[in-house]
Amino acid sequence: MNRSQAKLTQGIDWPIVGLYLALVIIGIMSIFAAEYRGDDNVWYDIIHPNKNYSRQLVWFGVSLVLAAVIWLTDSKFFTATANLMYAGGLLLLLLVLGIGKDVKGSHSWLVIGGFQFQPAELTKLCTNLALAKYISSQETDFTKLRSRLIAAAIALIPAGIIILQDETGLALVYFSFFLVMYREGLPGVLLVIAFSGIVLVLSALLVDRTVLFSIFTVVTALVIYFSRREIKRKRSRLAIILGVYAFCGLFVMFVVPFAFTKVLKDYQVRRIEVMLGRENDPKATYNTRQSMIAIGSGGFWGKGYLKGTQTRYDFVPEQSTDFIFCTIGEDFGFFGSIIFLAIYVALLFRIIFVAERQRSTFTRVYAYGVAGIIFFHLAINVAMTIGLAPVIGIPLPLVSYGGSSLMTFTMLIFILLRLDADRQMVLR
Amino acid sequence: MSVFNQPRKRVIQLIILGMVTLIISRLFFLQIVEKKYAKLADANAVLRKVVYPSRGIIYDRQNRSILGNDVLYDLVVTPASVKNIDTAYLCNILKIDKEEFRKRIINSIVKNGRVRQSVFAPLLAPEVFGQLQESMYLFSPGFELVPRQIRSYPYSAAANILGYIAEISPAMLKDTANYGSYNSGDYLGFTGLEKTYESVLMGQRGIQYLVKDNLNRPQGAYENGEFDSAAVAGKNLRLSLDIELQQLGEQMMKGKSGSIVAIDPKTGGILAMVSGPSFDPNLLTGSNRSANFSKLYTDTTKPLFNRAIQATYPPGSTFKPMIALVGLDEGVITPSFGYPCRGAYYGCSRPIKCEHHDPGHAANLRLALSHSCNAYFSHVYRLSVDAAKFGGIKEGGMQKWADYMNTFGFGHKIGVDIPSEGRGLVPDKKYYDARYKGSWNSCTSVFLGIGQGELLLTPLQMANAMCIVANRGSYYIPHFVASIDNDDTHLLDKYKKKHEGAHISDSAYSAVIHGMTDVVESGTGRIAQIEGITIGGKTGTAENYGIVNGVRTKLKNHALFVAFAPAENPRIAIAVVVENSGFGATYAAPIASLMMEKYLKDSISTKRQPLLKKVMETVTLDQSLLAKSHLDSLNNNAIMLKKKKS
Repeated sequence: MNRSQAKLTQGIDWPIVGLYLALVIIGIMSIFAAEYRGDDNVWYDIIHPNKNYSRQLVWFGVSLVLAAVIWLTDSKFFTATANLMYAGGLLLLLLVLGIGKDVKGSHSWLVIGGFQFQPAELTKLCTNLALAKYISSQETDFTKLRSRLIAAAIALIPAGIIILQDETGLALVYFSFFLVMYREGLPGVLLVIAFSGIVLVLSALLVDRTVLFSIFTVVTALVIYFSRREIKRKRSRLAIILGVYAFCGLFVMFVVPFAFTKVLKDYQVRRIEVMLGRENDPKATYNTRQSMIAIGSGGFWGKGYLKGTQTRYDFVPEQSTDFIFCTIGEDFGFFGSIIFLAIYVALLFRIIFVAERQRSTFTRVYAYGVAGIIFFHLAINVAMTIGLAPVIGIPLPLVSYGGSSLMTFTMLIFILLRLDADRQMVLR
Repeated sequence: MSVFNQPRKRVIQLIILGMVTLIISRLFFLQIVEKKYAKLADANAVLRKVVYPSRGIIYDRQNRSILGNDVLYDLVVTPASVKNIDTAYLCNILKIDKEEFRKRIINSIVKNGRVRQSVFAPLLAPEVFGQLQESMYLFSPGFELVPRQIRSYPYSAAANILGYIAEISPAMLKDTANYGSYNSGDYLGFTGLEKTYESVLMGQRGIQYLVKDNLNRPQGAYENGEFDSAAVAGKNLRLSLDIELQQLGEQMMKGKSGSIVAIDPKTGGILAMVSGPSFDPNLLTGSNRSANFSKLYTDTTKPLFNRAIQATYPPGSTFKPMIALVGLDEGVITPSFGYPCRGAYYGCSRPIKCEHHDPGHAANLRLALSHSCNAYFSHVYRLSVDAAKFGGIKEGGMQKWADYMNTFGFGHKIGVDIPSEGRGLVPDKKYYDARYKGSWNSCTSVFLGIGQGELLLTPLQMANAMCIVANRGSYYIPHFVASIDNDDTHLLDKYKKKHEGAHISDSAYSAVIHGMTDVVESGTGRIAQIEGITIGGKTGTAENYGIVNGVRTKLKNHALFVAFAPAENPRIAIAVVVENSGFGATYAAPIASLMMEKYLKDSISTKRQPLLKKVMETVTLDQSLLAKSHLDSLNNNAIMLKKKKS
């Protein structure tokens, strides 16, 4: 196919572009709302980028340039350099461990010529490309355990390094790649096990462990009693049941307490306890409480743009970054929040639709990766602002203030658009 | 492979939808079901600010403002904004050292935090303010001058009448039944008219809703001021008081302990009420309020004690007109009744001495009054209480007499419109029964006939009694406030009501009034004469006792004079007490007379100026008390400060 003859924008998926622009513009307006004071000289602030919203405008401009460059790049470039980029990303992460700068308690920032930059954002893209490359390669048989382990390793190695940088929140995002792997054939039972695991952890935190252990014992006894005939036929069944019982017991009695006292940091433990409603320390609950007040006070229709009293007067901390959803919740209310979430759902569903129309496994895996990353960010970020998840500092994709984040998501999406435009080709 | 796993697309979509549904249901709970967040948001972000109205102004009877509002400035500091200023220069202006400067900054931070304003130096003295204002640009934005209203008394007079305002005390704040509408830091009337008329003077406080940020800094009006209410200024009071008369009285009472009460008998409006010695009310405003208050409070001359309504004295001979009225009304004497006095009353075991020996000085009531015959009135008193028609003193006579006294306004609070009024003492049957265990008779209380004994009156009661005599029976409750601007209260209703005293016949009053005019015309009170004006008056020289070093000791006599004028159409009734000075005619009568002259003729004639000078220079206060008193220097300071201001 000779693109130079065709229209420059041939093959571009306009719905995704539209949703992308909608989210970025909502983001800039929300950052503006969080910062604007009645007597600000807006034009002056835009020309001299000394406010978050004006800086975000600059980042948006840079992102558009990046998007254009990506659009003009050949799709094969991405498949060809996927592994190289992954290696480069890992190198950057290790570099940060060495010479990184501490910002707000996380050792994950690089300073290049006055600009702060978070490689952990960018490595999401590299990892996604590398994972797509690995799964789509002809030698890979994803029904094999070995392939699955390698894929998991590709996803989790960056996460491990990022945890070392004290950015647990960003590291969690790498678990979104399991969604991709599930789509590519990871057994569904793993999702069930993961879900059960979450339930187990939560119940271990919420319920007294001796009580929980007694419940396990009773349930196990009942299960053995009711399946006694099967057990007679197949002895191994008893071993499985007892194995699960032993695992759960050990987990509740030892692993969780150990994790809480030895592995997790104090502030992480406190945040989890706050979320579970077990901690009433006003300092620890302040962020979540103020965020819930801001969103809750929005009511059905909201207070109107720029009329929120909570978000405009600095009651909610990290207003333009992690807690940007408060502005939408307060100014536009329940109604606005639903519309806002609907835009995200539309974007996610469109990406899934795009993924499924690909001939190349590479593009499909890549697309699911993008959807997974955006979904994880969205779910954790919003859940955190409304007190459903502990306060984990991860941004709302395309909306939160931050250059690294905006550029990373722009690249994720525009590479997808580039790949999608060439969906007739088989890329590996 | 992908073909096998295609249905998993649905599972992933369901996971996304499930999570979003969870978020939306949580949002539904937060934003629609739960109402508390809207309230919490308001509590977070809306600052309720009280806007203080200016307090009502008080005018005297000539519409001169005698209690108004002045503006003083506070120097306030925002610790976070104090940067690169010339601390030494600021300290120099404020006359504090660097250590004190540091201490105040730290105090401000502890009290209100770094980003909010705190008062750094309250109520700046005028010269400090002047200096600061010129160099304020050097100290901003960390420091700022903020105006504050304070009360000011342009005539430096009538301190005990007008009263003062002060910051509400913690104990009052706890008393929500009475002070529920006040907040910590509010000022309110503590004494005098400021207290009685607090509810009208304070005005209506306005409320302004401001949006504040997370550090409580105001950021502008909330909802464009839709919920704000404006402050309504306090209502002005118009008094019957004549401030120049009051000033004259205070000048004459300088160096003396005692009081003057002058009332317009036609309305009950008080024209002047002096408690000597007096203090400059401006001492209790501004920056030195509390220091001055404690100095006044501990001063040996007790200037904060309003003697006109709180002190009680035996009325002495000034009481004789009342004895005469009771005798006449009960019918035990007639105006022509005479008593053969030979220099003393011998009716009871111990003779009661009289100043006069010549026969005929008590040949009738007029003569007895003008000569102030002790024997005559002792006799009349005994006749009254022993009168057979009441069954003798113990059956009803004593009680009947006490009832008369009550209708004259003695023995109970009259109800003047400033607080802390005393009730005095009128002994009745119960009193003597308790004191003498039943074994008493009219001789026991015979001293009441000459205004001595157990009887105690406040100067206000004495002046009010003169109103009753001048009006021939009726009176209005003495009061200061003639009207309230735009009055919608019922505070003044009780002062508009005419009270009828004992229904004593007009002829009885005529007889007594004649006797009293003779007192000034030809009797003991001749010094009180004013050219062209007939005055009815009565002198009194009251014996009194005090506890000195634990022993009941006879002290120097109180000088008293009561009067009303002009006798034919009375416009002023007056009572004067000069404690521990001597004869009533010498010390009290001139003061009363000069007051009446000033009021009725608007000025003191040149002929009487020497008398005025003499009165002003007379000092009757005990030298040992004066030596320890700081009152004069305090008053002088206040006057100096006032001169500087203007």
